[in-house]
Amino acid sequence: MRARTKRLYAVGAASLLVLSSLGLAFVALGQRADLFYTPQMLVERGQPEPGKRVRLGGFVQSGSLDYGEGAELFFTVEDGSEATVRVTYTGITPDLFREGQGVVATGRFGESSDLFEAEQILAKHDENYQPRELRDLQAAPAS
Amino acid sequence: MIEAGHFFACLALMLSLWLAFAGLGGDRRLAGRVACGLFLALALSFLTLIVAFMRSDFSVALVASNSHTMKPLLYKFAGTWGNHEGSMALWCLVMGGFAAAGALLMRSERPVFEARTLGVQGLLTSGALAYLLFASSPFTRLEAPPLQGADLNPLLQDPALAAHPPMLYLGYVGYSFVFAMAAAGLLEGRVDRVWARIARPWAMAAFVPLTLGIGLGSYWAYYELGWGGWWFWDPVENASLMPWLVGAAFLHSVVVTEKRDSLRAWTVLLAVMAFCFSILGAFLVRSGLLTSVHAFAVDPTRGALLLTGLLVYGGGALGLFALRAPRLKGGPAHLLVSREGAIIGNNLVLSVATLTVLLGTLFPLLAEAFGQVMSVGEPYFSLTFTPIMALALVALPVVQAWSWGKADWRSVWRWALGFAAIVAVFWLFGVAAFDIPLLAGTGFALGVWLVFGAAWEIWRRAGSLRRLGRLPARVWGMTLAHAGLGVFTLGAVGETALRFHGTLALQQGQEVELAGWTFRLDDVDSIEGPNWYADRAYLTVMRGERAAVLEPEKRIYPAARMPTTETAIYTMGATDLYVALGDRRTVEGTPRWTFEVFINPMIGLVYWGVCLIGLGGLLSLLPRARRRRTAGDAA
Repeated sequence: MRARTKRLYAVGAASLLVLSSLGLAFVALGQRADLFYTPQMLVERGQPEPGKRVRLGGFVQSGSLDYGEGAELFFTVEDGSEATVRVTYTGITPDLFREGQGVVATGRFGESSDLFEAEQILAKHDENYQPRELRDLQAAPAS
Repeated sequence: MIEAGHFFACLALMLSLWLAFAGLGGDRRLAGRVACGLFLALALSFLTLIVAFMRSDFSVALVASNSHTMKPLLYKFAGTWGNHEGSMALWCLVMGGFAAAGALLMRSERPVFEARTLGVQGLLTSGALAYLLFASSPFTRLEAPPLQGADLNPLLQDPALAAHPPMLYLGYVGYSFVFAMAAAGLLEGRVDRVWARIARPWAMAAFVPLTLGIGLGSYWAYYELGWGGWWFWDPVENASLMPWLVGAAFLHSVVVTEKRDSLRAWTVLLAVMAFCFSILGAFLVRSGLLTSVHAFAVDPTRGALLLTGLLVYGGGALGLFALRAPRLKGGPAHLLVSREGAIIGNNLVLSVATLTVLLGTLFPLLAEAFGQVMSVGEPYFSLTFTPIMALALVALPVVQAWSWGKADWRSVWRWALGFAAIVAVFWLFGVAAFDIPLLAGTGFALGVWLVFGAAWEIWRRAGSLRRLGRLPARVWGMTLAHAGLGVFTLGAVGETALRFHGTLALQQGQEVELAGWTFRLDDVDSIEGPNWYADRAYLTVMRGERAAVLEPEKRIYPAARMPTTETAIYTMGATDLYVALGDRRTVEGTPRWTFEVFINPMIGLVYWGVCLIGLGGLLSLLPRARRRRTAGDAA
């Protein structure tokens, strides 16, 4: 009888650990996964709440690149639809980041503006590789 | 020439099938010979590939698309495995290598078991070879060879990355041999102490290079990508972490099987799963199903084939397991508060941690099926993986001291008090005095706790200074690996919590202060390397007495039409001042160069920790220390 109770405790403790970590994992997935948007999707589904980390993908609009103070820069992301999003980023850009190229930016929308504040920028990292999310998008016309 | 390689690979396929028949038939001597022949054929085949790369034979399609005459010799050589086809050839070579090593080194009292192990290894190798020959052949010729090759991806032209794939594959593929042993043991229905004693060194022989391989990959990402971090929770990184976690769990549970003859079914299941996670990793990396910054050689058909391989081998082994596991039941019962209880806890935590990584890695795929594109990154893992592992690390020094059978539960309070004391010290003198975050203070305490726990364990086992040197290598190995975990924790916590990140935009001659350092851009020069040219910045950094000139570069590899970032790192002990050169921006007529600056405190400890874990594993592979008296020894 005593051995059985002990075993019960052990199994109980183990399942508690497993269940709580699985619960934690699903909560984390719900809250902390970064949803992906294109400018068009932002129009269709509405802008995510300010401060929520999301990923924004599209092409850097030709002629939209602008430099600010220090290492700050601004550019516009387009996806072939009418919609565009203005992005700001402070730092050095990926090696293959340029106008007309595909880009995926991770970041947040600010409190009261439509400016997307990027904290990380991914571009193609070699000539053959395109960020996967952008495969379905039509390349912007070369200019 | 390359046709010879093709021929040897085909021969190897035949030999691997022969090995499967001979081995599964139970003929140990024949299986051993065929295994050696298999390795020889694979080695010759791989050698022709290397020669083709070294001689820049562009009539070979693989060489034409991955090499260049101007490339430094080291990268011509390492370029052999810097691509999908070549790395699969390396995969096969390592599989054959383990078969040959097993044939030569296994000398147990169970020849039939050994033969079957070799047979299963032959079966696995035949699958890998079929995949190599029919779905990703490196031996294809071009009808019209180009005069010049397309060059290897410049990011891979790096010493750390030249060594990274062979290391990683020794680990990944090494688990195939453990898998083969599990299958052979299940076929015989005998997974017991003897099985565990035979299997443990082979699992360690896979674990050590896997650890070092992951470390090398992380170090490469740190200084080559220019992002300042050392772990990005990228699917490809996760793919290597999962077999590592399962392999670590196996190394613990196999000791319980060896010493106490219990946990047999669980141990053998882990042996099967470790290699399944290796194949899953290959599938995730090469199918292009997941967004990864490392994605290379992405091809859905290959992905489907790898998935089939995973289902056939994994499913086969699990089916065998389901059939035979009931026979493995039994072994002595054990108490929860004992060394075996502690190891069960360790395995539980490692399995749950593996599950959270698997869930985070595969969840984007699931979500995509429901029309939602997303990625799961660091925020998810820091809420799931990190606390689960932290739990295990807190418990480690305590339960490490528990003895087999039954341990003294009451001493736990003393340990808890000790941990609380260390945490209190760090909160008082770290959090309060230096204003570091509360969680970081706790993390540092955890690292010190682990190192202290390892030292305590060694002392407890030795009892006196004189006997310290006479402890078995296995004890030293275990303790060193656990201390390595502590050192790693210190580095990981320090880098994550106390990292400084800033950016600079400097004109020539301009001086700027950032994070207590003075940065001055002296000059930017154009330089030329063997197969690249670059802008090199000369950046003087000063702080008090310290001064240095950092030379970060931005390289262009014209053949691959690809730029790369070469960071410059100023190391002070374990702390790095890390600078990456960005683009040149002209604002209002004045050109400015941008820089990314990181101060990464204690990052060196991350890599020292990984090395200690590897060293510990190596030590525990050493045979038992020579005994004073060999025969009639009561011990």
